[in-house]
Amino acid sequence: MPTDAERPRLPAGREPAAEDDDRRLVAALRRGDDAAFVALLDRYHAPLVRLASLYVADPAVAEEVVQETWLGVLGGIDRFEGRSSFKTWLCRILTNLAKRRGAREARTVPFSALSRPGADGAGPAVDPGRFLPPGDAWAGHWAGDLRDWGRLPEEALLAQEALAHVRRAIAALPPTQRLVVTMRDVEGWTAGEVCGVLAISAANQRVLLHRARSGVRRALERYLEGTPPRCPPPTT
Amino acid sequence: MPAPDDLTCRELVELVTDYLEGALSGRDRARFEAHLLDCDGCPLYLEQMRRTIRAVGALTEQGMPQAAKDDLLRRFGDWKRVRAGPPVPGR
Repeated sequence: MPTDAERPRLPAGREPAAEDDDRRLVAALRRGDDAAFVALLDRYHAPLVRLASLYVADPAVAEEVVQETWLGVLGGIDRFEGRSSFKTWLCRILTNLAKRRGAREARTVPFSALSRPGADGAGPAVDPGRFLPPGDAWAGHWAGDLRDWGRLPEEALLAQEALAHVRRAIAALPPTQRLVVTMRDVEGWTAGEVCGVLAISAANQRVLLHRARSGVRRALERYLEGTPPRCPPPTT
Repeated sequence: MPAPDDLTCRELVELVTDYLEGALSGRDRARFEAHLLDCDGCPLYLEQMRRTIRAVGALTEQGMPQAAKDDLLRRFGDWKRVRAGPPVPGR
């Protein structure tokens, strides 16, 4: 067993704990532990279905690909040496199966959009009307006050009502943004894991994440401040 | 008056993710942080983004539907039996 010092250092976040937890679950799975198997099925169900959906159009087929993936895991777990994380290995099995099914379905979109983030709902993070216009001595600076969310009680944005708005905002994002923000911020994957699984560059990953997070912030701002869904651009 | 090299707020909001991800160059990071010290709005914006990320992190996802789980548990049972089975003759 490698000691902690030999293990590659992971970025801050929930990952190290999640990865240790995976290691424990995989060891238990090898011993034939049903509860460990179920825990892994639940933990990875949503991410795997979402990944499969990149390659296969039919949601029922995506679910089938996920089932096949787990059979592939059982078939290969005794040869899995843990050189990559379980998560990476699992996603590789799924991606290979999904690509094969997708090729049969001649499905290419929206995966192709991942490498062209410009094609995916480009827009500024903040409505340009919120900034002072060109010609002003302070052009490009905030035109009005921002609300201090730091003074809100912590629960304000974590209450069910707020989270429902967050969920809707994520659902309304272009598919590739939705995918990246879900993997990163809901499921706690590292940037490196997301880039590896989706085969995108670090810069593209950040662009998609940025647009997604900015979109969710705007939705929360509308929820908190009761502003209309789209501010009309300032008339000149 | 802002100096020509200063970031505007409008530019800063587009760099927030790169900043939080540690992906800005040393020079851009310094410009970003210099702007934060000198601006009322942008620190509030950064806090809004941080709270947004925390809110997204509070979402939970559905596990596997029970029927699919039951099916895989059956296959897991088969797998265990095959694995624990008698040694292959000739070994």
